[in-house]
Amino acid sequence: MAAPLSLHIPEPARRPGAAPDFSGLRLSAAGEVGRSDPQTAASDLRDLAFGLIRVLDDDGQAQGPWRPELGASALKAGLAAMVLTRAFDERMFRAQRQGKTSFYMKCTGEEAIACAAALALDPADMHFPTYRQQGLLIARGYSLVDMMNQIYSNAADPLLGRQLPIMYSAREAGFFSISGNLGTQMPQAVGWAMASACSGDTRIACGWIGDGATAEGDFHAALTFASVYRAPVILNIVNNQWAISSFTGVAGGETTPFAAKGLGYGIPALRVDGNDFLAVTAATQWAAERARANLGPTLIEFVTYRAAPHSTSDDPARYRPADEAALWPLGDPILRLKAHLFRSGLLTEQDFADLEAEALEQVRAAGRQAEAVGVLGKSRPSARTLFEDVFKAPDARLVRQRREHGV
Amino acid sequence: MPAMNMIQALNSALDVMLARDPKVLIFGQDVGYFGGVFRVTDGLQSKYGRTRCFDAPISENGLVGTAIGMGAYGLRPVVEIQFADYIYPAYDQLVSEAAKLRYRSAGQFSAPLTVRTPYGGGIFGGQTHSQSPESLFTHIAGLKTVIPSNPHDAKGLLIAAIEDDDPVLFLEPKRLYNGPFEGWRDRPSSPWAGHPMAETPMGHYSVPLGEAAVVQGGAAVTVLAYGTMVHVALAAAHHAGIDAEVIDLRTLVPLDLETITLSVKKTGRCVIVHEAPLTSGYGAELAALVQEHCFYHLEAPIRRVAGWDTPYPHALEWDYFPGPERIAEALRAVVEGEGV
Repeated sequence: MAAPLSLHIPEPARRPGAAPDFSGLRLSAAGEVGRSDPQTAASDLRDLAFGLIRVLDDDGQAQGPWRPELGASALKAGLAAMVLTRAFDERMFRAQRQGKTSFYMKCTGEEAIACAAALALDPADMHFPTYRQQGLLIARGYSLVDMMNQIYSNAADPLLGRQLPIMYSAREAGFFSISGNLGTQMPQAVGWAMASACSGDTRIACGWIGDGATAEGDFHAALTFASVYRAPVILNIVNNQWAISSFTGVAGGETTPFAAKGLGYGIPALRVDGNDFLAVTAATQWAAERARANLGPTLIEFVTYRAAPHSTSDDPARYRPADEAALWPLGDPILRLKAHLFRSGLLTEQDFADLEAEALEQVRAAGRQAEAVGVLGKSRPSARTLFEDVFKAPDARLVRQRREHGV
Repeated sequence: MPAMNMIQALNSALDVMLARDPKVLIFGQDVGYFGGVFRVTDGLQSKYGRTRCFDAPISENGLVGTAIGMGAYGLRPVVEIQFADYIYPAYDQLVSEAAKLRYRSAGQFSAPLTVRTPYGGGIFGGQTHSQSPESLFTHIAGLKTVIPSNPHDAKGLLIAAIEDDDPVLFLEPKRLYNGPFEGWRDRPSSPWAGHPMAETPMGHYSVPLGEAAVVQGGAAVTVLAYGTMVHVALAAAHHAGIDAEVIDLRTLVPLDLETITLSVKKTGRCVIVHEAPLTSGYGAELAALVQEHCFYHLEAPIRRVAGWDTPYPHALEWDYFPGPERIAEALRAVVEGEGV
């Protein structure tokens, strides 16, 4: 008689009330993982998908072969973008709590990933983001007022109040329209990159997805197409440990790192400390070099922690230990880059205080401007716009309906 | 003007567009070297090169997803889904992405892609090679749905679809690829040669989206049909000896409501025909529109003749198919008052 089978249902190490446990997290020391030439085939890069590429050590020193060459101004720009992103998040989270908008999503603890990726790529490269890459827009200098107008769905919203707050679209900033349907942007990023390649362009694309959504078919379709056509695309997985209340094991992260999924497709894959601004920069530069040299796609898993709730509608205390974020072994990305700049003599405490004050003032000023137009429900786009942009030109039916609605 | 079958006409449309517009490219399963399982892309790769016409992985969501990215970049991709029955993995990309992109980005991005796919039955294809999924797409704001019924229109409509700046679902009635099909299962099928609508110009022309065609004038009843059923409806009217006005809708979205209402107001009667299942089919929308716009001209209830609400069968294909006998019966009922 065969023994009866049993079904494995993944469950995280700790739930509320228990002490956090990150013993299952595979870590490498800063500088430990070797750097391979970007020409190397995926089959020879196994270690990069299973180790953890890190540059900044616990003392803020840059270690090892992945140290990027960044000057003082680039480092300060990165820190400023992260600080501004956090200040923006704090203000807009509060704005939602004050009833000024319906919804908001913070990226607290993940700022290094979007900010470093934005600064490591060319402004003309195209990002296909998820809803937690506001750092891309902020690092690229996009208008905070326009972001707020979008969040308030007011009369000055560039998207005419059509999208849920934070589902930005900013073509001029190389930021594709965000979809709430998870994973759909990944094959789109690959298609954009394919189009760039077959047009003889030099621009590359960058697709973004969370750890949970890698279970979507679109993620795997994207890897297949990227591999088949060697598309000049960087495919980023932001592994922030939590897909609302589901831990990474529910998406298949229990037995193998997400980065390792790339190897099965023949795509070079890097597993990177996502809270390390320098490591994110280096990995992105490495992938961009491959893409620009017609060597094809790279899959990057950025290991980070979603210190914030999933959204303003979420209460993480109901499904994870309350102090998990504080005990996250990869620390806080802003504090880590700040420590590095201190240590390098490029920043003083006063400089950092000034930076924070400046970010706060920028956000406040933008807030005053956006709120002068109006918060959600106090100001809205013209009702006539409801019927516009369904098609390039409205068909007879839409014209009839617009008249029926009296606008 | 040469006579073409529908495959040749579609091939000619793609040929013309590849030559005219460097932004046009074609990809899909088996469309490259081989030229497509129905031969619609035959010879295009060797003529225009691999980057203009190439094979794609068996991944419909990947196909449409990448095409949306290409469209956002500025190209005009033409995607082939080998059978409409296989389009469902791409449904999310079509419904949530392609159809909504212009709207949700307030015009910053658009997805000017054309998705070609053979649909419909009458070929002993069984459930997975015979479906007519048009109403799943006509319901979606932001998508256009086009269905030709003859070679001339197929070429002109496909060119119009590719030139259109919005996503277009282009459903090809595969039973009509090689000849007009009247729906008589036991009679030999005829080729397109000799049919007036097989006369197809070699060069560029378009048939505008949103214009129906009155393919046969008549006074007794208006028949609304598209794709394969246009020919079946004509045969049914002939069989029943009824002076029917047969309208080929050609595009379901945008719909040419004016041609429909003019005709129904004249005849006072309306029969709607489609091969897709009855319930929530496009015929329901047509019946509602005719009722709203022509109620006081109607002299009989509107009748729908459609596929049964069953999956498309293999052995019992001709029991499912709304053939000329069933349509003739509806025409008689509407005109003579029988069964009303």
